[in-house]
Amino acid sequence: MGKRINRQSVLTLVGVLLVYAIVQGSIFMDILPPFVALTLIQVCIFIILATSLNLINGITGQFSIGHAGFMAIGAYVAAIVVVKFHGPLLLALIAGAVAAAVAGFLIGLPTLRLKGDYLAIATLGFGEIVRIVFLNTSYVGGASGFSVPKTITWTWAFWLTVLSIIIIRNFIKSTHGRACISIRENEIAADVMGINTTKYKIMAFTIGAFFAGLAGGIYANYLYIIQPLTFSFLKSFDILVMVVLGGLGSLTGSVLGAVVMTVVSAALSGWPEWRLVITAVLLIVMMIFRPKGLLGTKEFSLSFLGKKGDKNASSKD
Amino acid sequence: MGSVTEQVLQQIVNGLSLGSIYALVALGYTMVYGIIKLINFAHGDVMMVGAYAGWFATTTLHMSFIPALLIAMTVSAILGVLIERIAYKPLRNATRIASLITAIGVSFFLEYGGMLVVSPQMRTYPPVFPDTIFNVGGIIIKYGDIVMIVTSIVLMVLLHGIVKYTKIGKAMRAVSFDTEAALLMGINVNNTISATFAIGSALAAAAGVLMGVYFNTINPLMGIIPGLKAFVAAVLGGIGIIPGAMVGGFFLGLTESFVSGLGASTWRDAVAFLILILVLIVKPSGLFGKNIREKV
Repeated sequence: MGKRINRQSVLTLVGVLLVYAIVQGSIFMDILPPFVALTLIQVCIFIILATSLNLINGITGQFSIGHAGFMAIGAYVAAIVVVKFHGPLLLALIAGAVAAAVAGFLIGLPTLRLKGDYLAIATLGFGEIVRIVFLNTSYVGGASGFSVPKTITWTWAFWLTVLSIIIIRNFIKSTHGRACISIRENEIAADVMGINTTKYKIMAFTIGAFFAGLAGGIYANYLYIIQPLTFSFLKSFDILVMVVLGGLGSLTGSVLGAVVMTVVSAALSGWPEWRLVITAVLLIVMMIFRPKGLLGTKEFSLSFLGKKGDKNASSKD
Repeated sequence: MGSVTEQVLQQIVNGLSLGSIYALVALGYTMVYGIIKLINFAHGDVMMVGAYAGWFATTTLHMSFIPALLIAMTVSAILGVLIERIAYKPLRNATRIASLITAIGVSFFLEYGGMLVVSPQMRTYPPVFPDTIFNVGGIIIKYGDIVMIVTSIVLMVLLHGIVKYTKIGKAMRAVSFDTEAALLMGINVNNTISATFAIGSALAAAAGVLMGVYFNTINPLMGIIPGLKAFVAAVLGGIGIIPGAMVGGFFLGLTESFVSGLGASTWRDAVAFLILILVLIVKPSGLFGKNIREKV
């Protein structure tokens, strides 16, 4: 058994390296159109966002729709560290992620007592408050936005994404992760079995916020400018669609959802209304006919992940 | 001192006008939630469609205010029933999260589908009312303020009458109290739910027309923020409780106009959401709600 897992891990590693090498090679040889390069980095950002939201929504079963709020905190803090304090990129990214995690902890502490719809609305309200706070803070440019130099390269974005997925995956496979899954399956039963449900809900929420903040930091240091409007409810909704599409509770599903949705919206970027109408219809039809999402709670097997890596690369080149 | 009192009274007038819109929209939220436990995210967008129907009636068909209002209400009522039948009914036994996601989907469909149909540009509402301004001791009351408050009060009284004294109202109360028992008693649950959507959507349309008339402009995304805030109002009053939605709406309207009056108008959305989070944390059942103990 150990041998099989080993082979699969090697396959995955080879797949990941291959994706990286192909893209890095084409960047090096300067044959990658800038639009494709932009989309690739966005895919990375959305993979981090979708997997981290899945940790909260899918694995722990706590319905949060304020993920853009954490992303905004990460983006702005990282931007402040880089622009105002001239800190190094890595420090900025970590600072953004930690700030988002702290915010996640503080907001999670009181709101995670709420259930279902109420939690959803509270997190939505939180996300909007964050946006309005940045909108009204002239220190970070207010509505007109905050200019940040572009320092994120494909190497940074790709390896940070891989690292995020590994950490979240290992968390899910750990004792803590199983505790989170038990909360999703039946909170009262989990409580009775001696699981500290509040602790694990907040843990998942904080970790989710941390990675949302990291994604925000990457976003801020790649897109030249960040504006409060970017982090509106619409962004949270986009991330939610990716998670739901891939399957609540499936990490590989989230990766798939993020890749598909980002590529589709990039392809439809000339017709933004159509993009949203199609997304909306897709979501409704999906909920009616396959409410579990494409993968449900299943994961791709690791060897398949390796193959999928190749597929991503070929569809992008 | 006199000017402070004047300021306060002025903000009360503004707050009541704004609050009557929130209250009308909140009623729809609360009725739907009371009956099928669904946060109908698309409700604010039903309001937007109502506003466009009213705009079409007044500009293209040259109607006056009351017929335009009735047309808008009819259009939205039909739309509300269609949304319920197509999107929500298949999910009645699904998880709450699935219904919630569907509602968000419907909301985006109406917003961006609306953009495709009527174009994203703003439309100007024709001046339906005279520009008369009443100056009562320094407080400015617009003709629109009076129409808004009067219309919404009339509609609320009407709703109260329907829910309290008619057969369909009785059926609604029964279904919201216990759906299965109501079904066993021979109440047509499907029709009752559709009727709830129809009434709620009609009220939202009225709010949409009033908003268009009051603020002069409408656009396909106009429903998002008032929709969310009306939801805040519904939660504030205790979701599922009709008088709670009215009180919550007026409370939120007044709070917002006082925040604006203090010169912090850019913060007023944040204040509304802050109230929401505080209410949810301190008393999730709302001002008028009773605490229900969870049974295993």
